[in-house]
Amino acid sequence: MNTKVDICGVELKNPVMTASGTFGSGREFSELTDLNKIGAVTVKGVAAVPWKGNPAPRIAEVYGGMLNSVGLQNPGVKHFIENDIPFLRQYDTKIVVNVCGHSIDQYKDVVKELRGQDIDLLELNISCPNVDEGGMAFGTDPVMVERVVREVKKEADKPLIVKLSPNVTDITATAKAAVCGGADALSLINTLTGMKIDIHKRAPVLYRKIGGMSGPAVKPVALRMVYEVCKCVDVPVIGMGGISDGEDALEFIMAGATAIAIGTANFVDPRATANTVKGIEEYMKKYNISDINEIRGIIE
Amino acid sequence: MKHIERARVISNRYIGDNICDLVMECSGIARESRAGQFVEVYPDNGKNILARPISICEINKIQGTVRLVFQIVGKGTELFSALEPGDTVRVLGPCGNGYDLVDDVEKTVLLVGGGIGIPPLLEACRELNCSKTAVLGYRSDPFLADGFADAGAKVYITTDDGSAGFKGNVVDLLKAEDIKADVIYSCGPRIMLKFLSQWAVEQGIDCYVSMEERMACGIGACVGCAIPITDGKDWTYKKVCKDGPVFDCREVVWQ
Ligand SMILES: Cc1cc2nc3c(=O)[nH]c(=O)nc-3n(C[C@H](O)[C@H](O)[C@H](O)COP(=O)(O)OP(=O)(O)OC[C@H]3O[C@@H](n4cnc5c(N)ncnc54)[C@H](O)[C@@H]3O)c2cc1C
Ligand SMILES: Cc1cc2nc3c(=O)[nH]c(=O)nc-3n(C[C@H](O)[C@H](O)[C@H](O)COP(=O)(O)O)c2cc1C
Ligand code: FES
Repeated sequence: MNTKVDICGVELKNPVMTASGTFGSGREFSELTDLNKIGAVTVKGVAAVPWKGNPAPRIAEVYGGMLNSVGLQNPGVKHFIENDIPFLRQYDTKIVVNVCGHSIDQYKDVVKELRGQDIDLLELNISCPNVDEGGMAFGTDPVMVERVVREVKKEADKPLIVKLSPNVTDITATAKAAVCGGADALSLINTLTGMKIDIHKRAPVLYRKIGGMSGPAVKPVALRMVYEVCKCVDVPVIGMGGISDGEDALEFIMAGATAIAIGTANFVDPRATANTVKGIEEYMKKYNISDINEIRGIIE
Repeated sequence: MKHIERARVISNRYIGDNICDLVMECSGIARESRAGQFVEVYPDNGKNILARPISICEINKIQGTVRLVFQIVGKGTELFSALEPGDTVRVLGPCGNGYDLVDDVEKTVLLVGGGIGIPPLLEACRELNCSKTAVLGYRSDPFLADGFADAGAKVYITTDDGSAGFKGNVVDLLKAEDIKADVIYSCGPRIMLKFLSQWAVEQGIDCYVSMEERMACGIGACVGCAIPITDGKDWTYKKVCKDGPVFDCREVVWQ
């Protein structure tokens, strides 16, 4: 039984990845789940210099999901290189570095610093809704998407995944723009903008009022977008948004995703990644599927 | 090392208006817990996806049980209030740093708790082997106070409405009774912790406070629970779930 998949020449032992920002760099989760079982770990967004992040409350629970407005708090790329790459390399899993910035130059600075480092893939986050500059502001305008991707791609010495925002009318427009700009792969979806109000306090729950929604409730929207994107581009697509188990993962693979990522489900069950791998394998056994790639994109 | 366990409920009863006292067997967690740490309890009902952080009120390493005392404030705690003996519930823990308790019989320790912040101080009280005083503040009806007396503490009670003990807040009482100590361990509403910290700094007493913030992962991976922490010069956001919940009161940015 083959569960290996290929993302731009990087072979993942299985199609299960972690979604950026939900798994740190794996250190905390390594106490609770076996990182060797995960196809790839996508780390928390890394910026050129440390970012403080947004004031609390940063988290709110909503029906079947959650809102966050963390705002890409991170200790910066130098800290990441010194601490997190050596940690993750102890495990048999691929390393995907999620890159964030407030400007094109800042994205380029991170990617330059990462040149020659022992990592496998880069993921360009142009879709974070929780920062005022950069992030989603870059990711919702196809012209801008193409420009950012083209500029950053010039500096990259690893395949570049571009992470798309679902907060657009036509996801295929930004997807095509990213590929035109030179994206080697696409990942989607980032969070959907959302809000929650505490009626007793008559105030928004999040300090920033609006945050990014994720979790099981967003899955149908994410799946639809992954399906649409897979139909219109030729690069590998990494599907995410509300995936909790093997059955969810298989839906995305059948819609055309080469790999999938587990985000919020890690909070619901710290062992969600390993359980998803198991669920996929059980399905393959049950239906006598010898290669996971056989069922990819089987939905017309 | 943290564990995820399916804890078995031993008992669950009300000890006050909307306050539940839940004892559950989860031997892995019990074995490794210490005072001031908390567990993440999962609602597991499909719509409430995030775990609820609840402090460990008492640890019994021999029986492999932990005791949680919580107030019903919403969907998750309401669900936990309905748990019956024999039911199971998914729990992750122990989480957080806990209190670094002094281990010196010569010291005098002050435990200051407010409302639903009182439970984690009970385990601290039980573990301390020195002279200890507990100052417990309630809005109205006291709960858990006997436990502190049983664990050998001198107990003072304050209530906002004066229905029991001293009428006023815990800091008023500390001043009125001119209570002294070498170190303070505390947990309670932010406003109480703020005034207590001011008093402790004035008195030159080391003071450790347990903070709260909304959490997603509970283990330090998502940076959802960050609060500003200062080294006296600059500040950064630190994680309540991993760097805390217990902080030196001088590190907390109170405004
Ligand atoms: C480290 C830590 C230890 C805690 N220990 C205890 C304890 O020993 N006993 C106890 O009764 N409670 C404790 N709490 C608070 C407890 O986690 C919340 O009351 C609980 O999560 C509410 O869940 P719910 O589903 O019932 O309410 P929800 O429906 O989620 O919310 C109801 C209200 O509760 C408040 N709330 C929700 N989540 C939190 C949170 N994470 N922190 C603070 N307030 C919140 C909000 O004001 C909200 O409006 C602790 C919190 C933390 C962070
Ligand atoms: C707390 C939190 C932090 C996140 N941080 C990042 C981030 O740093 N970079 C990024 O590209 N996406 C980030 N995301 C988005 C997730 O990677 C993912 O795209 C999204 O949550 C949808 O997947 P899910 O429903 O499985 O969580 C974050 C999501 C959450 C919930
Ligand atoms: S709750 Fe995730 S870091 Fe604290």
